[in-house]
Amino acid sequence: MAQEKIEVPITGKIISVNASQGSTVKEGDVLCILESMKMENPIIAPVGGTVTQVNVSSGQLVQAGDLIAIIEY
Amino acid sequence: MFGLYESAFGALSWGNILMFIIAGLLIYLGVAKKMEPVLLIPIGLGIFMVNIPFAGLMIYTPDGFPAEAASLSELIRAIGEGKIGLLNVLYTYGIKSGVIPLLIFLGVGAMTDFRPTIARPISFIFGAAAQMGVFVVFLIAYSSGWFTVNEAACVGIIGGSDGPPTVYLTAALAPWLLGPVTLVAYSYMALVPIIQPPVIKLLTSKKERAIFMKPQLREVPNLEVVLFPIIIFVVAALIVPKSAPLIGMFMFGNLLRASGVTDRLAQSAGGVFIDVLTFLLGITVGALMPAVVFLKLETLAIIGLAVVAFALGTAGGVWAAQLANLFLKEKINPMIGAAGVSAIPMSARVVQKLGQQANPKNFLIMHAMGPNMAGAVATSVVAGIFLGMLGG
Repeated sequence: MAQEKIEVPITGKIISVNASQGSTVKEGDVLCILESMKMENPIIAPVGGTVTQVNVSSGQLVQAGDLIAIIEY
Repeated sequence: MFGLYESAFGALSWGNILMFIIAGLLIYLGVAKKMEPVLLIPIGLGIFMVNIPFAGLMIYTPDGFPAEAASLSELIRAIGEGKIGLLNVLYTYGIKSGVIPLLIFLGVGAMTDFRPTIARPISFIFGAAAQMGVFVVFLIAYSSGWFTVNEAACVGIIGGSDGPPTVYLTAALAPWLLGPVTLVAYSYMALVPIIQPPVIKLLTSKKERAIFMKPQLREVPNLEVVLFPIIIFVVAALIVPKSAPLIGMFMFGNLLRASGVTDRLAQSAGGVFIDVLTFLLGITVGALMPAVVFLKLETLAIIGLAVVAFALGTAGGVWAAQLANLFLKEKINPMIGAAGVSAIPMSARVVQKLGQQANPKNFLIMHAMGPNMAGAVATSVVAGIFLGMLGG
C-alpha cells in the first residue's frame, strides 16, 4: 500500500478536523480546515484511501511542514 | 404644525423611490450575503439620507453638486441656517480634500504584510501587468465620447480594484462621479470570485492551473521587511511624484508594522482608526447618490466598463505570468498573475481555490499574495500617473 503524507502548507491554526483515523476518504474530501491569513483554507485529500493517522486536533496551532494525516491507498 | 406642514412626501420623486430600492438592495446584500458589508451597509443608508427631500444631512445645490461654503465663517453660518448638512461637511473636508482615503490607506498599510511580495520580487511585474485593464478601459471610456478624459481615468482606475486610490483619484479629477465610481468599485471587489474564474479558465489550460508550487516561500529577513516600505516610497515618489500621497501613507502605515517596535501604533492604525474612517467614507459616498446624479445612463456605462477593466486586469496578470514562465526554470502557476488585480485578499483567494481544484496538493495562497499586494502598490502609482498627466 502506498502512503500519502499530508503536511501543513502554511503556518496557521486548525479550526476543525473532519477526517478520523480508520475512515475512508475520496479524492477531494476535506480533511481539516486550516485558518491562516484570516482565511479558512480547506485541506483536501489528494488521493482516495484509508486514513491511517490523524496528527492534528481542532484548535491546534501548526507550523508549515507539520504532519496532518497519512492516507493509505 | 409639529413640523408636519413640511412633510417630505410631496417632494418625493420616482427617482428617489428607485434609489430607496437600490439602497435597500445594497443593505440586503451586505446583511444577507455578507457582500462587503463594512462598506455596503453605510453606503446604503447614506443613499436613503440624501434621497429624502429636506432631510438636510446632505444638501445638493439645484445644479446637482453638494453644497459647499467658500470660507469657514460662511460654513458655520450656512450650517446654522440649514443650508449645509453634516455629510456635506464630511464630503468637502474629508473626501474631496483626499484626507479620508489617504488615512484609510495608512491603516491598510498597517494591516499589510509584504513578505510574500518581498520573497518574490517578480510579483511587481504581475502587479503592474494587472493594471492593463485600467489603461485599456481608460482609452475605451475616453474614445467612446461618453466621458471626458478626467472621467475616463476615474472609470479606468476601478479596474485596479483598490478602494483608496480610486476614491482619491476621483475626488481629485471628477468628484461628481464619486458616488457611482466608488459604489461600482467596491461592489465589483466583492464580485471578484465571480468575475475572475471564467477569465482565468479561458486563458489557462488545466495543466497550467495544476502546476505545483512548493507552499513555502523564501524566508524574508527582518531587515528587508523594514527597508521595503522606505525604498518603495522613495523610488515611487521619485519616478511618479504625484503618487507620493497615496504610496506615502500606505508605506508609512506599513513601516509602523514592519519596524517591529511600533506595534501599538500599527494596531491602532489598523484597528479603530481605519474602522471610523471607513464608515465615514461609506456613509458620505452613499450620500453622493441622489437620484438626479445617480440615475443616468453614464452610471450604467460605468458598471459595464468596470467589469471589462476587471476582466482585462485579470488577463494582463495571467499573460505576464505565462510570459515569465517561458524564461523561468522553476515554472510558476500562471494563475498567481491574476492576483495582481488586488481586491486584497479576494483575488488571491480565487487563485488558491482554483489551484486546489486543479491539483489538490496545490496551496497557492502565499504565492498569490505577492502579486496581490504588489497590485495595490501598482494601482497607487497608476493613480499618480493619471494625476500627473491630467493635472489634479
